[in-house]
Amino acid sequence: MSFYPICTEYGAMPLTEKFAAVTAEDVKRAINAESPDADDFLAMISPAAVPFIEEMAQKANKLTIQYFGKTIQMFTPLYLSNYCTNRCIYCGFNTKNNIKREHLELKQVEEEAKAIAATGMKQLLILTGDARIKASPEYLQDCVKILSKYFPSVSIEIYAMDVEEYAALVKVGVDGMTMFQETYNEELYPTLHPAGPKKDFRYRLDAPERSCKGGMRVVNIGALLGLDDWRKDSLLTGLHAAYLQKKYPNVDIAVSLPRMRPHAGSFQPTSIASDRDMVQNMLALRIFLPRLGITVSTRENPEFREQILPLGVTKMSAGVSTEVGGHSQKGEKVGQFEISDGRSAEEMCAALKKHGYQPVFKDWQCLDEHYGESV
Amino acid sequence: MSEDLFELGGHKFNSRLLVGTGKYADDSVIPEVCEASGSQIITVALRRVDLESTTGNVMDFIPKHMQFLPNTSGARTAEEAVRIARLAKAMGCGDWIKIEVISDNKYLLPDGYETAKATEILAKEGFIVLPYVNADLYVARSLVDAGAAAVMPLGAPIGSNRGLQTKEMVRILIDEIALPIVVDAGIGRPSEACEAMEMGADACLVNTAIATANNPILMAKAFGQAVKAGREAYLSGPGAKHCHASASSPLTGFLSED
Ligand code: SF4
Repeated sequence: MSFYPICTEYGAMPLTEKFAAVTAEDVKRAINAESPDADDFLAMISPAAVPFIEEMAQKANKLTIQYFGKTIQMFTPLYLSNYCTNRCIYCGFNTKNNIKREHLELKQVEEEAKAIAATGMKQLLILTGDARIKASPEYLQDCVKILSKYFPSVSIEIYAMDVEEYAALVKVGVDGMTMFQETYNEELYPTLHPAGPKKDFRYRLDAPERSCKGGMRVVNIGALLGLDDWRKDSLLTGLHAAYLQKKYPNVDIAVSLPRMRPHAGSFQPTSIASDRDMVQNMLALRIFLPRLGITVSTRENPEFREQILPLGVTKMSAGVSTEVGGHSQKGEKVGQFEISDGRSAEEMCAALKKHGYQPVFKDWQCLDEHYGESV
Repeated sequence: MSEDLFELGGHKFNSRLLVGTGKYADDSVIPEVCEASGSQIITVALRRVDLESTTGNVMDFIPKHMQFLPNTSGARTAEEAVRIARLAKAMGCGDWIKIEVISDNKYLLPDGYETAKATEILAKEGFIVLPYVNADLYVARSLVDAGAAAVMPLGAPIGSNRGLQTKEMVRILIDEIALPIVVDAGIGRPSEACEAMEMGADACLVNTAIATANNPILMAKAFGQAVKAGREAYLSGPGAKHCHASASSPLTGFLSED
């Protein structure tokens, strides 16, 4: 069993009509359901739920505080390499884009680690383009061994891997993985991913599940809102999270809500997710899956990030550079996408505190031998 | 009335309320929470402790007089819990440890089998082990055998604020288990803590209900008072409850005619 049959089943449904058929009564029932199901989730992201956003916000706020407290986990990304063999038409690292390609040597990885650690950040997300030759599983393992000296938690956002490859990374200290399906629309997927290994829809779709089997503690999924109708992709994202949460109860499942940002390519979003859409999506997710982690990146602007703090967010990035080596080297570089919130870790903390939230830097520490703790 | 002290792990405490450190909007409120609640025992998730932090650390806010109770929150197996406990000791956090082994992230229910395994290992190593478990008689008995210093049954799942849902099972543990029974998790209101104490629980641990209140300090004070009131009610030996008004001797009144 995998999520694929569920994805196919929903892909065959007339979802636009289903969303349009939701009534105000359905929405009210969904908001007040003891354990909301897939239909309730669909109702809460439908157009009929728009007038109920404030009611949903009140409930989502209560649930978030109840389960997570007034805390926000902080993390920062580190780009190890921007070589890529794919042609995702919406991405600045697309193999056809004429940008300077870079790849950090292990010495440089350590320099970046030191620069980031000096800002107080403890949870690191490492990213690479999809190029196994430049960022092989072995290279990644070597990087993690270095990074573990500086960061109690290291997660990956890289190409899809096999169970054994995930397990090998877990063994050297990786505790989380992020994998964006980009879109759950299998028909649309090939036009957005015309070439490269990422073209394989199903291999990517099952990657989060393979990483659960490989022993990851935290698995973060998401769709890139703007590629297809946001409601359809959000529905499938929520169902995918629910599927993983049920099947792998020992894994913390989280969802990111990235929206399309301007980048070096020419592709522009087909469906704009407005601020209100983003909020509706987040509220529905929180009510549907109260213990779900929800990540909001620096793709969003500072004002918006602060306004949505009480609505369900549990994890935020700060001090972000989407450039390879962007933390320790200065110069003219091209990032994967333009960020909207360029605040440092320190500035972000001050903003969180101003709103009555505590930034949490460390929330886990790997105690296996490789980490050097002789316990 | 002679002094009613709470004995745990070879120490005596005036307060029967244990508090937590998670979920606060700002850790700097912790000293005031301790003060207002009167609590003398505080639990801290080891996974959140960052001794290298330059930007503040939860440990900085724990008043010196408090008994420090590190917990193994985040552990999913007995092995992980044991590692965390040993690390806590190596870090100088003392030898008290609250065992939490949870591998179900949806309901956050504790794994009794893994908890008992970890308890046995750590108790043998000299730890004062306080295991967080389901309110289950068999698990509780295995913890007694494993050398636990107390049994901490849940009232309802962690953070759920649902109250004393496991009341009947907790009552059985109070009757059957010779160790202190500390109701941990689920208590959402002071009245529920009071009820647990009235039933004869030895103490209550409260975190979410205090940390997520609009006014955590006032709520801490309310919990302190509620736990005390419940304890005093228990000690005073409340009269038995009756469903109906009863005549003084409806069934045996005839005997007096003799
Ligand atoms: S989205 Fe990822 S895989 Fe696609 S082109 Fe960009 S870096 Fe490569």
